[in-house]
Amino acid sequence: MKISLKFLLCSLLLGALAACAPAVPEGPRTLTVMTHDSFAVSEEVVAAFEAEHNADVVFLKLGDAGEATNKAVLAADVPLADVFYGVDNTFLSRALDGGIFEPYQSPVLADIPDEFELDPEHRALPVDYGDVCLNYDIAYFADNDTAPPANLEDLLKPEYASLLVVENPATSSPGLAFLFATIGHFGEDGYLDYWRGLVANDVKVVNDWETAFFTEFSRWGGERPIVVSYASSPPVDLIFAEEPVDAPVTAAVVSDGSCFRQIEFVGILKGTQQRELAEDWIDFMLSTTFQEDLPLQMFVFPVNPNAQLQPEFVNFLIEPEETALVSPADIAAHREEWIEAWTDTVLR
Amino acid sequence: MRNNLVSATLWFLPLVFLGLFYFYPLGSILALSFNRSGSLLQPFLDLLASAPLRGVIGFTFWQASLSTLLTLAVGLPAAYLLARYRFPGKSFLRALSGVPFVLPTLVVAAAFDALLGPRGWLNLGLRQLFGLDAVPIHFVNTFAAILIAHIFYNTTIVLRLVGDFWARLSPRIEQAARSLGANSWQTFRHVTLPLISPALAAAALLVFIFDFTSFGVILILGGPRFATLETEIYYQTTALFDLPTAAALALVQLLCTLALTLIYTRLTSRLSRPVELRAPSVITRPFPSRRARFLASVFLLFLALFFAAPLGGLAARSVTRLEGDRGQATSVQPGLTLDYYAALGEDQRGNIFFATPTETVRTSFLYAGSTVFLALVIGLPASWALARRGDALLSRLLDPLLMLPLGTSAVTLGLGFIVALNSPPLDLRASPLLVPLAHTLVALPFVVRSLAPALRSIRPRLHQAAAVLGAAPAQVVRHVDVPLVGRALIVSALFAFALSIGEFGATAMIARPEYPTIPVLIYRLLSQPGALTYGQAMALSTILMLVTGGGMLAIEKLRVVEIGEF
Repeated sequence: MKISLKFLLCSLLLGALAACAPAVPEGPRTLTVMTHDSFAVSEEVVAAFEAEHNADVVFLKLGDAGEATNKAVLAADVPLADVFYGVDNTFLSRALDGGIFEPYQSPVLADIPDEFELDPEHRALPVDYGDVCLNYDIAYFADNDTAPPANLEDLLKPEYASLLVVENPATSSPGLAFLFATIGHFGEDGYLDYWRGLVANDVKVVNDWETAFFTEFSRWGGERPIVVSYASSPPVDLIFAEEPVDAPVTAAVVSDGSCFRQIEFVGILKGTQQRELAEDWIDFMLSTTFQEDLPLQMFVFPVNPNAQLQPEFVNFLIEPEETALVSPADIAAHREEWIEAWTDTVLR
Repeated sequence: MRNNLVSATLWFLPLVFLGLFYFYPLGSILALSFNRSGSLLQPFLDLLASAPLRGVIGFTFWQASLSTLLTLAVGLPAAYLLARYRFPGKSFLRALSGVPFVLPTLVVAAAFDALLGPRGWLNLGLRQLFGLDAVPIHFVNTFAAILIAHIFYNTTIVLRLVGDFWARLSPRIEQAARSLGANSWQTFRHVTLPLISPALAAAALLVFIFDFTSFGVILILGGPRFATLETEIYYQTTALFDLPTAAALALVQLLCTLALTLIYTRLTSRLSRPVELRAPSVITRPFPSRRARFLASVFLLFLALFFAAPLGGLAARSVTRLEGDRGQATSVQPGLTLDYYAALGEDQRGNIFFATPTETVRTSFLYAGSTVFLALVIGLPASWALARRGDALLSRLLDPLLMLPLGTSAVTLGLGFIVALNSPPLDLRASPLLVPLAHTLVALPFVVRSLAPALRSIRPRLHQAAAVLGAAPAQVVRHVDVPLVGRALIVSALFAFALSIGEFGATAMIARPEYPTIPVLIYRLLSQPGALTYGQAMALSTILMLVTGGGMLAIEKLRVVEIGEF
């Protein structure tokens, strides 16, 4: 707060907008990390890094994952920061094609399963993952004596008509992930037919996760007991309940390839003046200190298998054994085309 | 010649500001985008050839026209009543109508959800009353939601522009028409309507500009089946990264806005020399009959309810338990609670970006204070230039430019900041200064619109008299201009303040996450599951409503009713 106040007043009073560059030649080095709106981390975790490396870490949030990626690409010549964290596998190719990252083969990568390493050149390094799955309202199905949906195919059946709400893949990150789940599950030739079936079964599409979850989902008083959200939503819902709850009220559908796995990456931005510190930061993000902080801050899973998950996060968690697969190359080649085809089929 | 020189001096600062923080970023991103396609013309040809994109342009005009007509239908009778009659609660109604105008869309969406959503108060009430299983009212993601939200946002423009002008209009001409035998319809049609038409047209144009470039309302309340130019630019940019198409759409939107602002500024300059003006206190009178009072009361109550119900619904939700026992999700829950407000101060996660409500309000106030400072420093000389007699050519050309940022795609301009302001001495991309700078772009037109008429109202004779009596030019300013313009200055400062407090888009664009503003923190709270966090979002929204509402009420108390275009 203090810095901001001084900074603003100083700049305003002097009138010269540039006269106030934080001129600190000595003292800690500054590392700027650009990221997306959902980024969160514990204060003491960052403090540990800052103390160890005599550094100040400054975070910049630049919109959702897609928007932040676009901005990183547009600012490729004069990078906005030293490190960019938060591009996921649905937008990775946009970042790599934009040539925004410098390769860095972190020694910690040795611990991390190969399935997460989508960029063989190590420009983008995996940090965490989360599964986008159908969630359902347990009580709704208990009250109505029907079985909750077991897989994606069930949603085409008449008993599940008018029960599903999804997010628009063009405006929502879980929406895009769910589109990829259907493409991985039904194939490039079959997914549009599946979506035609969903439309015939009265699927509801909204633009953002907030509307889907808090307005339409029956758990919050809406009319749709099935919603596209995350495998981690049911435990998070309990952690942030008003009163301690001992049984989950929602659950995720995780069967045979009905979820899509989002993997988030970090990379060193080309042109950084802090290459060495940026490398330290990336090693730190992959270390267990940072990785164990991830679940309760961002509700995602660490890629480092040595990180321990907190019990309250794991207790009511159901993880998919196998997720829908769409290769990064396919996503890179067809992402925009798929979004447009989906828009034409479902919305127009 | 000398006239133009003075104008040029006055315009210097506003022009430097607009040049650096509007034209330069906008030009940079448009140039970069068209470079990507290799041709300036091709994106436009593609746009014309695409039926869906033509549909988007058509829908943008259609929804804006319809929203404008409906806003006028609600606002005109209210403007008439405010202008011509004395009744209690007048400034409260004006202040109330101004609150939505400065609230971010996500709060307005949450407010309508609290009232009309599947578990909004209205649906809960109807379901309990009639024992319904299904939700009777579907509001979210309908065309009606777009229209109603636009009326909710913009009626205040009609009240302020038309109402104020009407309030100053001498009723003598109307009385003459009546005494010559015209009935009330004929009087309205042939006397009043022509007299108020510049104000009416100016209000309609301004409302149209806002509806035309509406973004959050279409995206959140309208949903995926509705696309306007502004949401399509967002879609083309973010989802498809098709910058040339986005740039072509942004230019189409910009040219339409430019045309509209040109007409608007011509019309408002006519407003400043109307036929015969009187102080409103002379004109307003009590309702002539019981019947008139009854009808007017019904209408005004309906109007007050229209503004208050969604806002009140949201406030009520912030003190009501969201989660009860199982099965209560569809019924009204009895438990009142202040837990959500208390929880705002508790950091559950140890998050480095955690900010208490006090810190958040302080950040918001700091940004708003800086916005007021910048907007006044830049707006005052611009208003001065506009108010000068002789209609300097420069002023006539530059006046519409001040309005232009209102009609510019925020997505495009946001990327423009990233691309253009990237090297010293202007590397502001990571600077907290960018927030007040962006807010100043939004606030400037409103500041100028309330200052210019006030400055115009200072008659040159006063200056001459003061000079003859031996006052130095500086003394003239201090003893004549400042007292006369003081209240208008305060009103425009409050307007800039309220606009900045409620602004979300530009703030979220480059917010330093450790200093969230109130709207940014509301957004953060809304984007994760959990009853507690949702309740906190409602609580913080209520705090925001109270802060902006207080500002609006202060504007009413300080407003000089005789002057002010907005």
